[in-house]
Amino acid sequence: MADNVKPRVKVPKSAKAGEAIVIKTLISHPMESGQRKDKEGAVIPRSIINRFTCDFNGKNVIDATLEPAISTNPYIEFEAMVPEAGEFKFTWYDDDGSVYEESKSIEIA
Amino acid sequence: ALGSVAAAAIPSLALASVDEAVAAFTGGAEIGTGPGVTLTAPEIAENGNTVPVSVDAPDAIAILVLAAGNPTPAVATFKFGELAGAHMASTRIRLSKTQDVVAIAQLADGTFVRTSSEVKVTIGGCGG
Amino acid sequence: GNWSRLAAQQALTQDQLLQFDAFGNVTLIHITDIHAQLKPIWFREPEINIGVGDVKGIPPHVTGMDFIKEFNLQPGSPEAYALTHEDFTALGKTYGKMGGMDRVATVVKSIRAERPEAIILDGGDTWHGSMTSLLTKGQDVVNVMNKLGVEAMTSHWEWTLGTERVQEIVGALPFPFLGQNIFDAEWDEPAFEPYTWFERGGAKVAVIGQAFPYMPIANPGWMFPEYSFGIRDERMQEMVEEVRAAGADLVVVLSHNGFDVDRKMASRVKGIDVILTGHTHDAIPEPVLVGETILIASGSHGKYVSRVDLDVRDGKMMGFRHKLIPIFADVITPDTEMADLIDAERAPFKDQLEEVIGKTESLLYRRGNFNGTWDDLICDAMLSERDAEIAMSPGVRWGASVMPGQDITREDIHNATSMTYPNCYRTEMTGEFLNVVLEDVADNLFNTDPYYQQGGDMVRVGGLGYSIDVSRPIGSRISNMTLLKTGEAIDPARTYIVAGWASVNEGTEGPPIWDVVEDHIRKIGTVKLDPNTSVKVTGV
Ligand SMILES: [Mn+2]
Ligand SMILES: [Mn+2]
Repeated sequence: MADNVKPRVKVPKSAKAGEAIVIKTLISHPMESGQRKDKEGAVIPRSIINRFTCDFNGKNVIDATLEPAISTNPYIEFEAMVPEAGEFKFTWYDDDGSVYEESKSIEIA
Repeated sequence: ALGSVAAAAIPSLALASVDEAVAAFTGGAEIGTGPGVTLTAPEIAENGNTVPVSVDAPDAIAILVLAAGNPTPAVATFKFGELAGAHMASTRIRLSKTQDVVAIAQLADGTFVRTSSEVKVTIGGCGG
Repeated sequence: GNWSRLAAQQALTQDQLLQFDAFGNVTLIHITDIHAQLKPIWFREPEINIGVGDVKGIPPHVTGMDFIKEFNLQPGSPEAYALTHEDFTALGKTYGKMGGMDRVATVVKSIRAERPEAIILDGGDTWHGSMTSLLTKGQDVVNVMNKLGVEAMTSHWEWTLGTERVQEIVGALPFPFLGQNIFDAEWDEPAFEPYTWFERGGAKVAVIGQAFPYMPIANPGWMFPEYSFGIRDERMQEMVEEVRAAGADLVVVLSHNGFDVDRKMASRVKGIDVILTGHTHDAIPEPVLVGETILIASGSHGKYVSRVDLDVRDGKMMGFRHKLIPIFADVITPDTEMADLIDAERAPFKDQLEEVIGKTESLLYRRGNFNGTWDDLICDAMLSERDAEIAMSPGVRWGASVMPGQDITREDIHNATSMTYPNCYRTEMTGEFLNVVLEDVADNLFNTDPYYQQGGDMVRVGGLGYSIDVSRPIGSRISNMTLLKTGEAIDPARTYIVAGWASVNEGTEGPPIWDVVEDHIRKIGTVKLDPNTSVKVTGV
């Protein structure tokens, strides 16, 4: 199980109705690929974030399947349409069954 | 109906080859080249452990990213929901050596289009 | 000495060197890649500078007599001495050392007397390359450049002082440290000012900075992990459009891309008037045109100052006049204030700098695509002092020359080796890995796409011979690798003891390279090097 997993997101505080905004997300996670070996030569078991989703007011923005080739501290940047004020919900799914969540609200300027 | 085709989460298979990864994504459909999907990656990786790549396909419902030269080519699949602001995504990936990074977009009309970009992973260590 | 000073003064005058018919309304003064050389130096230009693909045989890939013909120079003239390797040792006796920031200050003051609004721009590789810059963490050069009146700079080796020190210096600089392509590595957001503005001669001038794009590859990324670089020519286009929209009459890019990368960038990014190039240390006496963009190459080590006069009207560059001013140290009178400052900066280290370590009978130089004599001496030192079979030395383009018959001082050794990651390692490498290293570095130099080139030259080797066909793709350029000691072919499966320095890997262990070289020179007393014939080059 990965320690100190901490999600962070960058979302503008406000947008115009119907505007597309850039969202950046990071989660601190080793993304252990399952291909590395320790000093004794034993394979270090795979432990990655395998899926990331972002929804806004219950509607999907992006749904990403991530593989071990994604770097340590997975970074995902994408754009979201903001039809109205509301809340973004970000979810990261860990191999070990853990689910990490973050949310950010946005106003209409 | 965006996303309906690829709505089910694809399990994280350790796909052994590029062909298998592609077939799993396209179901064996023919893949076109040319415009429709853009892949942005550096010519030379600053660090093979964290190479920034962006994919952009305005008409896509999903984009598959592969690292053709990695021991396991699968990298990521991005599926765009109804509130996607643009059908693009950026992430950072591991590349074991110099190779082609491949992006295949599944367009809303059911067709597939492919592009690739060579990223050089170098030992480095010189300068002017 | 006095004789050379007299001879140089007979051949040349300061007025001749500075003569320039002022033109238009805007003047740019460009210096770049001084590598912390505050005092005049000897510097031999390359004998071999191979261009591949589209740039084969065109400047800057022209050397020696071809260069003299290309630019209509007289063999044996001051210009031929400054710009080529031909007859370097003999002509050096006539024309003397070059550079010195006190002489550069005289030139800058003279241009500013005529054009008070001339813009002084520094292309980077400034805070690195000498013993005093290493000992003061760049402060001596920073003080000198501030006094010179630099108004904007960009960067490369500066970063090898580490993020913290760079930020400390930048925080106190009286001018912007530009880099449209320097991004914060975590959030991928711009980390430094992309451009700055000057209102000069009635024109609005935008200067966009472009730092060295391959920073974490060519130098140790662990020293500045917070940042990501890259060419980012799409953002360069955005910046050009942004400054044009804001009313720029003239768009100047102050670049550390390297000449061929800039030439390609100029063909892809529209709307740049002038690119002041840097990094590849090329001195080209005429601007190179790409579409409507002019490229200026101002050499290195303080050997030259470029003056570019421009006629800028109604948002357009209507014409230009250019001069690559060679800084003949015996001809240009030092600016006394700057000379005093430089001496004051050097005073605390004077005894260390001037200590004589040995003598050389051979000219010591580095520039060129393959081993120079300085590199051979450094490789010999590593083979002997580190008891290695093979030595590897980085193909950097900095390092002053030492004339035959001269003493080698500690400062001379530092001019060829100074850096913040100097450890001389001793390790084992397989023959196969050695081949990978040579192929990899060769592709950084001879890839036909400039965006895959990092600048710099081929890794220098000692104890190892090889053939290289520069026209081939990666993986097939290098052949006939031979262990010189035995004459046997390198066995891919065998392990060899290799010494080297300037590793980009964190935690590299070993004595600093200058100590290794110093110990070696002390033992041999007088350096005498035979011509190096161990690298065979084909496909040119
Ligand atoms: Mn330089
Ligand atoms: Mn440089």
